[in-house]
Amino acid sequence: MSTPLDDLFVNTRKENRAALIGFLPAGFPTQPRSISTLTAMIQGGCDAIEIGFPYSDPVMDGPIIQAASDQSLKQRTGSREVFATVKAIAPLAPTVVMTYWNPIERYGVTKFLESMKENGGSGAITPDLTIEESSHWIEETQRLESNRIFVVAPSTSDDRLKKVAEASTGFIYAASLMGVTGTRASVSTGAQTLVDRIRRITDKPVAVGLGVSTPEQAHEVAQYADGVIVGSAFIRLIQESKSEEEGISKVKNLAHALAQSMKRS
Amino acid sequence: MTPLADSQILGHFGPYGGRFVPEALIAALDELTLAHETALNDPAFQKELADLHRTYTGRPSIITEAKRFAEHAGGARILLKREDLNHTGSHKINNVLGQALLTKRMGKKRIIAETGAGQHGVAAATAAALMGLECVVYMGEEDTKRQSLNVARMKLLGAEVIPVTQGSKTLKDAINEAMRDWVTNVETTHYLLGTVAGPHPFPTMVRDFHRIIGVEAREQCLDLVGRLPDAVLACVGGGSNAIGIFHPFLEDKSVRLIGLEAGGKGIESGLHAATISGGTPGVLHGTRSYVLQDENGQTVESHSISAGLDYPGVGPEHAYLHDIGRAEYRAITDDEAMYAFSLLSKTEGIIPAIETAHALAGAMQVGNELGADAVLLINLSGRGDKDVQTAAAYFGIPL
Repeated sequence: MSTPLDDLFVNTRKENRAALIGFLPAGFPTQPRSISTLTAMIQGGCDAIEIGFPYSDPVMDGPIIQAASDQSLKQRTGSREVFATVKAIAPLAPTVVMTYWNPIERYGVTKFLESMKENGGSGAITPDLTIEESSHWIEETQRLESNRIFVVAPSTSDDRLKKVAEASTGFIYAASLMGVTGTRASVSTGAQTLVDRIRRITDKPVAVGLGVSTPEQAHEVAQYADGVIVGSAFIRLIQESKSEEEGISKVKNLAHALAQSMKRS
Repeated sequence: MTPLADSQILGHFGPYGGRFVPEALIAALDELTLAHETALNDPAFQKELADLHRTYTGRPSIITEAKRFAEHAGGARILLKREDLNHTGSHKINNVLGQALLTKRMGKKRIIAETGAGQHGVAAATAAALMGLECVVYMGEEDTKRQSLNVARMKLLGAEVIPVTQGSKTLKDAINEAMRDWVTNVETTHYLLGTVAGPHPFPTMVRDFHRIIGVEAREQCLDLVGRLPDAVLACVGGGSNAIGIFHPFLEDKSVRLIGLEAGGKGIESGLHAATISGGTPGVLHGTRSYVLQDENGQTVESHSISAGLDYPGVGPEHAYLHDIGRAEYRAITDDEAMYAFSLLSKTEGIIPAIETAHALAGAMQVGNELGADAVLLINLSGRGDKDVQTAAAYFGIPL
């Protein structure tokens, strides 16, 4: 099997560059504007998209994504809106859904993966699903040819890294630091150490997320990772913009600047 | 050994329990699991904890037979296990002393805790003061208003109290914020979780620290009555006091175990915190159990007059005991609980916590069902001093 996401990393490796992966919660700031914003991110240069499934108890997220998720949930964003967004975006770029586990469990694992497939999504990132709890998820993602992306952290032991790397498809999500999502002044040095440790175990693609917001930071990460994930920085631009046009234009500019920094020098 | 022993190896209780957490926390949870298992088999640890309970907590806690209250409970014999007489005024101290000792063993210097009513926060701040640990307590902003006395107590004990303004501003959001702190500071910090929920090993470990309630009460009941009780009753929010008194009775098949959940304004009103009675299986705060949730898996806000029961989740072992039929769970409304609160105060001279009043209302129901020959053991999990404001407002007593 190969998903559009798998194909992307084959290409970026040939081009000797990292892939830029942009994140936005579904339904933020509104359902129509989330789709126009994601489109602008792709036009600006994002190679792939993570659509967040807004959740009431986002324990891995900092204030920026919490506020965006809350705003989206107040408009009753649910699975219908998430998959409508996948359907709109997947034809433009490889698309995955980032979601806490309970919305998947509530929707039904099989049904979730079928909806993913029907709407052209490549797979899902599940930040609070541990490998110990994922046997059914692994079977069904295998059967329905969907990427399953697990998150690892600087504190993850080598033994666990092996197990998680083995279970992951699409890419391995390396959390750059011990903490929650959000913009940071600099990228933790722990990120490169973690990616190096993963490289010794597997040649699967590795993308780095948490705290990457500027082209300088992205360029630094692009030197050693297959993918650079940016979320809160895009959300903040929309939160700060006075009009829809201003938000779209700023998002596109940031995506462009980040995309320029994906080259390896 | 209990019938659950095998299924607990990975922290599972049937389909419930387990670990649903960011990978960043796994190393700390493994470290904690090991520390707990080592301590369980270490006589030195057990002695240190037992000495603390004898000289600091005030254990064993006594049993009071509530004869005047019993007239309102079908004439059944009503035995109250007086956890309200523990230092800090509730059962919560059993768990915090155990976890604080583990914190020291793990070489950590800082604890964080969540609190709803403030009882666990006060207990955690107390243990931190006793053992020289830094303590930060996360408390929903709504709860800091409902329980301002406990906020002051925590501050007097040297803890920092951080009001949580996200979401429903209650216990669930305090747990979210504590987990974010823990993910960030896990190397130096122990998350001293206050109930039998959360990822493995918390449901098992917190239960083990509260089992002493049931172990003592079982013995005391045999001494006093000459037989086991017909039913053991306790209020259930997260479920720590209930599992503590239930667990030593699991093998005693003749003993009914009855958990009383917060029915709020009634299950049908949607304004309640009765997670087993009115919820569905799901994942919240790192564990699979019953959850109050909508069709998208979003947690629904709970409601209860009692801040300590106002939680949309419940410990996974309770979910399992419910499903296999070993324990029963009933919902008690705010009004039923407040009636029992007033009744115990006026018939026995004991002002219970509003949480505990749910168990007393359950005892009135069950006593009337079983009649005068029955013996009911009730966990009087906390005292009501902290609830005087809420109760005064409810009963229209001017302050």
